Amino acid sequence: MKKSIAALVAGALLSGASLAHATTLRVAYDADPVTMDIHEQLSGGILQFSHMVFDPLLRWNKQLGFDPRLASSWERIDDLTMRFHLREGVTFHSGNKMTAKDVVWTFNRLKKSGDFKAIFEPFSEMKQVDDYTVDLISKAPYPLTLNAATYIFPMDSKFYSGTDKNGHPKDEIKKSANTFASRNESGTGPFKVTSRQQGVKVEFDRFADYWDTESPGNVDHLVLTPIKEDATRVSALLSGGVGFIAPVPPTDLARIKSNPDTHLVTMSGTRIILFHMNEKRVEAFKDKRVRQAIAYAINQEGIAAKIMKGFATPAAQLSPEGYAGHDADLAPRYDVAKARELMKEAGYEDGFTITMMAPNNRYVNDDKIAQAVAAMLSRINIRVDLKTLPKAQYWPAYDEREADMMMVGWHSDTEDSANLFEFLTMCPDADTGMGQYNAGNYCNPAADALVKKANLETDPKTRATELQQVERMLYDDAAFIPLHWQDLAWASRNNVEIEPILNVMNFPYLGDLVVKD
Amino acid sequence: MIAFLIQRLWHAFLVMFVISLISFSIKGSLGDPVRELVGQSVSVEQRNLLREEMGLNDPLPVQYGRFAWDALHGDLGQSYFYSKPTLDVIVEHMPATLELVLCASLIILLFSVPVGVYAAIRPASWLAKTCMGISVVGISVPVFLTAIVLIQLFSIGVHITPFPTDTDWGTWLNELISTDGGLPSFGRGNELVHLFGTWDTGFFSVDGLLHLLLPAASLASIMLPLFIRLIRSEMLEVLQSDYVRFARAKGISPGRIYFLHALKNTMLPVITVGGVQIGTMVAYTILTETVFQWPGMGLMFLEAITRSDIPLIVAYLMVVGLIFVVTNTLVDLVYGLVNPTVKLTGQHA
Repeated sequence: MKKSIAALVAGALLSGASLAHATTLRVAYDADPVTMDIHEQLSGGILQFSHMVFDPLLRWNKQLGFDPRLASSWERIDDLTMRFHLREGVTFHSGNKMTAKDVVWTFNRLKKSGDFKAIFEPFSEMKQVDDYTVDLISKAPYPLTLNAATYIFPMDSKFYSGTDKNGHPKDEIKKSANTFASRNESGTGPFKVTSRQQGVKVEFDRFADYWDTESPGNVDHLVLTPIKEDATRVSALLSGGVGFIAPVPPTDLARIKSNPDTHLVTMSGTRIILFHMNEKRVEAFKDKRVRQAIAYAINQEGIAAKIMKGFATPAAQLSPEGYAGHDADLAPRYDVAKARELMKEAGYEDGFTITMMAPNNRYVNDDKIAQAVAAMLSRINIRVDLKTLPKAQYWPAYDEREADMMMVGWHSDTEDSANLFEFLTMCPDADTGMGQYNAGNYCNPAADALVKKANLETDPKTRATELQQVERMLYDDAAFIPLHWQDLAWASRNNVEIEPILNVMNFPYLGDLVVKD
Repeated sequence: MIAFLIQRLWHAFLVMFVISLISFSIKGSLGDPVRELVGQSVSVEQRNLLREEMGLNDPLPVQYGRFAWDALHGDLGQSYFYSKPTLDVIVEHMPATLELVLCASLIILLFSVPVGVYAAIRPASWLAKTCMGISVVGISVPVFLTAIVLIQLFSIGVHITPFPTDTDWGTWLNELISTDGGLPSFGRGNELVHLFGTWDTGFFSVDGLLHLLLPAASLASIMLPLFIRLIRSEMLEVLQSDYVRFARAKGISPGRIYFLHALKNTMLPVITVGGVQIGTMVAYTILTETVFQWPGMGLMFLEAITRSDIPLIVAYLMVVGLIFVVTNTLVDLVYGLVNPTVKLTGQHA
């Protein structure tokens, strides 16, 4: 008896000692992952989760280039085929070894996922060459193979095969259903999920057999708490309740910056905020001069400075800096006199009345931006009947194109310009799915043809020229009214070194995070 | 008594039926749940496929019929976001809310009775006047603001130095008016004790109690002034009544008069209001829980609205409707105990 007590005390002391060494990081995001099945929903939150619990074949780095992860190298074999050499000695959380079989299995599952299959549409198949080599084969020459490969987070095929206790297949992808994959995980990532209470918190432990032994990351235990309310999230950081928060609301940037205990990191983002002018609803918008007049009437720099408090980069095109299609010469063209002149030329000197809709809880300051745009339009005699809606009601209205000018924000899933054009400016076509978010009904076949050409061009330089040409055409045509790219912001306590692990995709690579004592 | 309960049961059923009808009829304007379930670039067909799968394309009466049939079998549908039966989700979130409401009620009870009684006995004293003054402020400040101010004061801390820092007395005064912070500002903490089922309680650990402190204080801040004023005015009235004067004339000790004879009659309206207010408090938890990221039903409901998680919204409204009916029934029962002259409907005089 005495012995066992002694053992118990010793054990308690030991565990106490190891606890003292363990580094715990508390993180507060505005939402927690909706599911643990990384193929169920294509959203920022799920991708952030994927980078914690899984690892992609390759991942974006800060310079928008690629870093090898589970693929140690890759090469183009021919116009259609990209060969990936996989890292050996990688273990899943279940203890299974990762091989080419798992990668092919993951690819096939992605093709079945409602949210992800569009990204993998250009590919016909993935072939296993040997245990540690796979070939990704596209249907036609495709320039964005590597971009797509950042979405391949190999899943443990053995772990996800078979049927669960309800008799459903373990690899089933179903939304809002109690699927096996949505409640269990086995990835190769730096963290394992140890407990999860949806909407309350997710707890992670560092995976002892993580393959990347060179990772500087030293977080042993991580608790992710969703805090939706901006003020509460900031208070949690300021009071030391959490070590890392994202996003940081623009109103609190100064407060966090000036606090000696906290550290703020901001970056120009890649999400473009814009307004479409619906040519189907408003006759005047068919006139290029009217669209240009509106483009001249909007003061992007003013909005970025006054409403966004400098927390945005004024835009005159869709592609942010770093994207192939970005043309540095395209600048905002604010000039009210010129705008009035164009209106007069088009025969609309007395203006007209339009309706406008914007969400009020989707993008940073979305409703205030819409009010500012409406006020700016009134200076060229366009009277705006503005309505702002919560996002849950805005999107159905958006699908119906219920207003003459509607706001939308877009981030390219492939981090590439072509995606922006395909969704936002190409002629709407229900069969091909192009122009799905083109609420302006703007249609420019010449620009479309150029985008399609670029999508088959595997030479990056030629492709960039083509995409920049498209941006220029759309700019001259004033196809839409770009406003700004929303900036990103994260904040941490001083001992949490977040700077090296952040990037413009907003995937904090928490596995590599260093927390000092 | 039994007839009364049966009648109330019937009321509850009716209330829930009406709530379900109303929430179903506004469902169309709550937004599109499918949007919340898919990525932005998902195609229209894919979304329509999902909508069909979820039965959202059926006409509203068909959907309601399906819902009502399941509801009669005790199944209030499946939450889109939690991928679980809505009742399970609500039951999981209920302990957090109940603990918060209980804590706030305790604070209200502990403060309102003594302060209210004191203010009635000594209406002219400066302490009573100060309390009444503060209570006016308490009523008029929204709970949201109270919560933010409490967080700033007690979890982040405020350091102000209006007095010279190079003198001892200045430093002392500065420290007196500055706060250190340190109280937890969100959530229920990590040291919850498992009670039973889905009930993890914060009552049995220091950490859990500390986490309860600020949210409970904010929630209490709305009702406390109301109760203080109510008890004070009722007490004032009772103290004027004949039987109190007789008791005084008879020479009964003031303590016995105030706390046994007068207070008992003061409590009647307080109980009525209290019963209704506990229901209202459940509604106020929506605000408090949002500010403190308190994982209870209020926060769950608010998030369900932003995500258009319609089954969860409907189920929550029905459960809250039930809570209202139950608390009101209990109030009526307690009423009978406190004042035997009050007769319940269906009871013979």
